[in-house]
Amino acid sequence: MAILSVKGVNKRFGGLQALGDVNLDVEENTCHAIIGPNGAGKSTLLNVLVGKLIPDSGSVVFDGQSVLGRKPHQINQMGISRVFQTPEIFGDLTVIENMLIPCFAKRDGSFRMHAIESVRDEGDMIAKAESMLDEVNMLDKTDMLASSMSRGDKRRLEMAMCLVQEPRLLLLDEPTAGMARADTENTIQLLKDIRTSRGITMAIIEHDMNVVFSLAERITVLAQGTPLVEDTPDNIKGHPKVREAYLGEAQV
Amino acid sequence: MTDQTTQTPVSTPARAKPAKGGFLGLTSNDSTLLMIIFGLLIFAPFILNPFPEGSAMAQFNAGYPDLMQRFVIFGIFAIGFNILFGLTGYLSFGHAAFLGVGSYAAIWSMKLVTLNVIPAIIMAIIVAGAFSWVVGKISLRRSGIYFSILTLAFAQMSYALAYSVLTPITGGETGLQIKNTDNPLFGSLNPGEIGRANFFGLEMGNSYMLEIGNWVFTFNLGYYIAAVAMLVAFYLSIRIFRSPFGIMLRAVKSNQQRMNYTGLEPKRYTLWAFVISGMFAGLAGGLMVAMDTQVGPERMFWTASGEVVIMTILGGAGTLMGPVLGAGFIKYLENIVSKINKDILHQWFAFLPDGFEDLMVTLVYPFVGKGWHLTMGILFMLVVIFLPGGLVEGGKRIAGLFTRKKTADKES
Ligand SMILES: Nc1ncnc2c1ncn2[C@@H]1O[C@H](COP(=O)(O)OP(=O)(O)O)[C@@H](O)[C@H]1O
Ligand SMILES: [Mg+2]
Repeated sequence: MAILSVKGVNKRFGGLQALGDVNLDVEENTCHAIIGPNGAGKSTLLNVLVGKLIPDSGSVVFDGQSVLGRKPHQINQMGISRVFQTPEIFGDLTVIENMLIPCFAKRDGSFRMHAIESVRDEGDMIAKAESMLDEVNMLDKTDMLASSMSRGDKRRLEMAMCLVQEPRLLLLDEPTAGMARADTENTIQLLKDIRTSRGITMAIIEHDMNVVFSLAERITVLAQGTPLVEDTPDNIKGHPKVREAYLGEAQV
Repeated sequence: MTDQTTQTPVSTPARAKPAKGGFLGLTSNDSTLLMIIFGLLIFAPFILNPFPEGSAMAQFNAGYPDLMQRFVIFGIFAIGFNILFGLTGYLSFGHAAFLGVGSYAAIWSMKLVTLNVIPAIIMAIIVAGAFSWVVGKISLRRSGIYFSILTLAFAQMSYALAYSVLTPITGGETGLQIKNTDNPLFGSLNPGEIGRANFFGLEMGNSYMLEIGNWVFTFNLGYYIAAVAMLVAFYLSIRIFRSPFGIMLRAVKSNQQRMNYTGLEPKRYTLWAFVISGMFAGLAGGLMVAMDTQVGPERMFWTASGEVVIMTILGGAGTLMGPVLGAGFIKYLENIVSKINKDILHQWFAFLPDGFEDLMVTLVYPFVGKGWHLTMGILFMLVVIFLPGGLVEGGKRIAGLFTRKKTADKES
């Protein structure tokens, strides 16, 4: 069953058709990649999914409910978490505090005036945050200031922050963009581990072919705002249209 | 100082350590801090009066009720301001409006209901809280400099209205005082008697003087009531800093985008920080009226809003102790340094040959008396440039020097 269903979505920026009649189904429990050359509209599509942009027409249904017109925090509370192209974390806070925030958001909803309770008394939440940190091998960094970590660690932390919320759908916008080779490998491994250990549904936007082919079960190729083909990685690799629109360009 | 700044990663409150030696739900570090404030407040009449009466240094004594009350009241004002500015980073430039509104609410409570200060203070907190909710709701539609300008506009508007259109409730330019025609509902005044602020019958002005040798120490009821209020305010501030809500406020300062995509509403958290700090300002305004039963619109003027910003930054924004230190520092400068005149300077430098004496007096004079603003301005600039963490950071650096020395001594 499709957990996320995008139908006939259009989005124009002035004269530019950023998304043209996009149809896309993300099946539960799969990793679905969206690839395409620069400017194809991948980030725009993602921004529509999380409520940052409102499309001109079309529908986006998540788990039987429309997400259109909802604010980003409401969409997150429905069960969609997002990892950004450049890691978005709380740089002035420590790693454990970064982890506690999504834990509180999951338990208490979008706002709660817990001003007199002490964080030290939140044993359950701290345990949950620490076990997630353990899963991504960051337990030794618990008390570090988040901004003082390497880019790879920031990415790891951001993913842990999303995962600790146990989202029904994890959206990743070029999670390895601008990363050093070693960090890229690490991130791919981390995503694979998460896939096997948690069976989480993922939609990933990616430029890097290695990442896509080693992770995804389904791939949609986007070009000039419109899906060209959708298929399994093996079929995508040999697809002539894709070679033309995307892989051909990559070989240059 | 044992103050834990929000930036100190090593002592995250989030770590599940068993609390050793703490009480009232505080860690041992935090309860030490609370005890320091408690001690300072209780013994302030001694601590601030170190010089014997009649000595040349006596003008540096700050242990008289009027000034001690001001230390504490502005301390509360700054503690509250810091909950907004220090944690969320939203710089309000109109907080004096909440202090002023609290003052007006308190004096009306005294004029109409009772001369007991407790209901007056509670009224001040409620009314200031409600007003700050409205101002916050509107101002928080913008952030950064636009937010600051909106709060400033609101405060100046309140000031102008209190001066003119609202004269029936604010008394306009002359402000409000308790008059012999006021007859509060719960009071037993004789006709024509001017009521006095009291705490369940005990008058605010009551003082006990203790003479020891050449020293005179004054223990004033009004001061101690304000001191209890500040102790409570400081305690609440610690609790808020260490709470999940406190973490959310720091998250607002750090990354609102991430908050949104984590399912949280940063604006709502900020609004409540704004209201809480508005209520602290109302408490300060109510206490001012409890100590001295009069209000005027100048209490809401923009310079008053600027002062609390300077206090907080000077002491150390985002730290627990900073606002208290900053408020004390500035009120001391304003009230003590401003009193030093040419005669006093001549007295100080009398030991120098005449020419040098005059030179020294000429050099120092611009910095004292009316020139205290200059001293404050220079001090503020030095702190902002060299000690961005404020006086608290300065204290830490000094403490750091000592501990490093100690460990070096041990190693050698
Ligand atoms: N906020 C915006 N305003 C105007 N044009 C935009 C905006 N966002 C994206 N675009 C344009 O829409 C097209 C698709 O952009 P984007 O979705 O970022 O592509 P991708 O992520 O696939 O590289 C690009 O031509 C881009 O310039
Ligand atoms: Mg992009």
